[in-house]
Amino acid sequence: MTIIAKKPASLTDLPMHYCPGCGHGIVHRLMGEAFDELNIADRVIGVAPVGCAVFADSYFACDMVQGAHGRGPAIATGIKRSKPQAIVFSYQGDGDLASIGMAEIVHAAVRSENITVIFINNAIYGMTGGQMAPTTLVGQVATTAPKGRDPKLQGWPINMCEMLAQITGAKYLERVAVDSPQNVMKAKKAIKKAFENQVNGVGFSMVEVLSQCPTNWYASVPQALEFVRTKMMPQYPLGVFKDEGGK
Amino acid sequence: MYQGIRIAGFGGQGVISAGILLAQAGVEDKKNASWLPSYGPEMRGGTANCSVVVSDGEVYTPIVSSPDTVIIMNEPSLPKFEPLLKKGGLMIINSSLINSRPTRTDITVVCVPCNKIAEELGMDRIANLVALGAFIKQTGAVTLQSVEHAMKKVYKRAKPEMLELNKKALQAGYDAVK
Amino acid sequence: MTEKTLRKGNEALAEGAIRAGVRFFAGYPITPQNEVPEYMSAHMAEAGGAFVQAESEVAAINMVYGAASTGTRSMTSSSSPGVSLKQEGITYLASADLPCLIVNVMRGGPGLGSISGSQGDYFQATRGGGNGDYHVIVLAPNSVEELGNFPKLGFELAEKYRMPCMILADGILGQMMESMSFNFDPIDPNQLGKFDWAVDIHKNGRKKNNVFSYKGDNLIADVVERAKRYGLIEKTEARWEEREAEGCDVLLVAYGLSSRACLEAVNKAKEEGLKVGLFRPITLWPFPSKRLAELAGKAKAVLTVEQSLGQLVQDVKLAINGKTPVYLNAYPAGGQPDGNTILTAVRSILSGGKEGLFDLQEHADGFNYECKRDTSLGMQGDLKGGK
Repeated sequence: MTIIAKKPASLTDLPMHYCPGCGHGIVHRLMGEAFDELNIADRVIGVAPVGCAVFADSYFACDMVQGAHGRGPAIATGIKRSKPQAIVFSYQGDGDLASIGMAEIVHAAVRSENITVIFINNAIYGMTGGQMAPTTLVGQVATTAPKGRDPKLQGWPINMCEMLAQITGAKYLERVAVDSPQNVMKAKKAIKKAFENQVNGVGFSMVEVLSQCPTNWYASVPQALEFVRTKMMPQYPLGVFKDEGGK
Repeated sequence: MYQGIRIAGFGGQGVISAGILLAQAGVEDKKNASWLPSYGPEMRGGTANCSVVVSDGEVYTPIVSSPDTVIIMNEPSLPKFEPLLKKGGLMIINSSLINSRPTRTDITVVCVPCNKIAEELGMDRIANLVALGAFIKQTGAVTLQSVEHAMKKVYKRAKPEMLELNKKALQAGYDAVK
Repeated sequence: MTEKTLRKGNEALAEGAIRAGVRFFAGYPITPQNEVPEYMSAHMAEAGGAFVQAESEVAAINMVYGAASTGTRSMTSSSSPGVSLKQEGITYLASADLPCLIVNVMRGGPGLGSISGSQGDYFQATRGGGNGDYHVIVLAPNSVEELGNFPKLGFELAEKYRMPCMILADGILGQMMESMSFNFDPIDPNQLGKFDWAVDIHKNGRKKNNVFSYKGDNLIADVVERAKRYGLIEKTEARWEEREAEGCDVLLVAYGLSSRACLEAVNKAKEEGLKVGLFRPITLWPFPSKRLAELAGKAKAVLTVEQSLGQLVQDVKLAINGKTPVYLNAYPAGGQPDGNTILTAVRSILSGGKEGLFDLQEHADGFNYECKRDTSLGMQGDLKGGK
């Protein structure tokens, strides 16, 4: 029998707990593939967040540290400065990165910490049950915005890539999605590049992934994918916001 | 020997650095010593004082709340520190800048025109060292030599001619006490 | 053992930490501990370590969490309001069983409070401070010499028991200069053994290491396992100092700077023919309860002297368990004890008076307690903003 597809060696065999249709599993796999292809698996140390990916430490085969909500970039800073040869990533959701951890992500970029941040934006607090996130769209219903996000009361969604692009120390910023095979391929390329940058000592690199959350969006999987395309992408356009990798 | 000292004056009169010098001199003499600064809210000007302890044995608290000696370099510090001084304690007064005199009669008062002597040596700024010299003559808490050694450590970036001038100020203060 | 030199408390602490093998420091400016990060920024690189001025105290302690995960000797320092912010990270460090050193150079509180030296964070330090069932080992130096030598002790204890250690100092200890010497040679951290739990680069395919805080179903077992270590620490690691404590009439109990004012009182009392002794806890957690109870059992009364409003006295009362009357001489929010005022309190105890003795309920009934504050100590004055 010939093996034509297999799980990346950089992931463990543990079955993931994510809901059907969730984007986290896809992104984990893309990261695992990137570690294998870049041949850095034995150098990677990851920081798992608080949120749906709280168990990510069990899914990656590398050494992992589980941090407090929002503090991933600070923890990754401590690891990277202590072990400069390690390849360090912080995996964070939108509440984690764009709300409670705003100071940590901004200043990791300011210091241009040579780390890789994978930012999962699904416009909702998933683990706690669908509360409004800083990235929740205008009009989008959440358990703490039962009539939909109203800018007069809750302000507007925040675009992290665009914001961080203003910071000199941020060297690579790209927004991707995992709603279609084509976009998954593009996401893979971006994630791989973000880690390659770290290998090459480029500095702060972040990939923002628009990810579907059928459960908390009260949607079927096809409906959720459609929501990413028709609602999220107009607010969060895909593309490269900064790429100073070669400079 | 246990000497608790308070040195007080305007910011810029060198009361803080005179205290460090005294504590360092204590260390040079193989004694135990402590120093604790005390600044006003201002970065410049204002009043400042420090606590110094030099002891043959251990130093108790570094906060000298009832000093054996007070060195008073400016007028406002006199009423502030006169009541704290121990019975039988020593007060050194910079008579160049202070016209008042203490009302207490249970203390020893030594008046030294610190600024006048310093100016005669060519530098007003070293009045603090004149006062320190007077203190050493009066108490023998540390030796002149140990202060000279201490100067090299405390004023690391001072030029040799400046160190020479400092030594002269110290000696002049020492000689000013009969 | 080095030659005695004159050093500022905060700088002795920082130098002592580098000598003890600290190779990661993260901090944030706050008075009166600023000389610690300043010293680290100047000297950590030449020692081969990393210094980061963090964006906040919260970030600083989380950087320490990351660095400690790698088995690197890591530390942060701050002062009271900043240490409050660090509690999130401290409880994570405790739950992930990570050794590290946290320094609190205490100032007056609550809130922004003042920049004067204080001991108001005793409860926060000894009771854990953050959420959940945990402890940190708390060392209380009372001299610049101990400030310089405790980082080594702190790491030895923290690594032995896999838990954070805190050095609880105060603003005056941090700001004062004193003759001191280091009682150990500089440690090369590369010569220290590696921890099998640390995250690291691993080429030989060893089992992956996870440093994690979320324990799910394992939480009860985990906390109970930790309790065994805590019990062992309470049994074996309590440290204290005694002065004239055997056979005294009044036993003073004080830690840190207060204990030095007590020493003055002990010596003055001797001149007056009074038998006053001192018991100084060096570890505040574990609290040296057993020995204190033995000594207190032989004394007529115990007087707790603290720069806080009745915090230490609670541990003293727990230790003594009603066998000997316990009194309080308190200097909260930046007040400073001196030998004379402590002696006044001692005389009150012996004569049945009240001067110098603080009692919260009597205070509520109108008893006027005078807390002396040396107003000539301008540093205690009030730097606006304070940070």
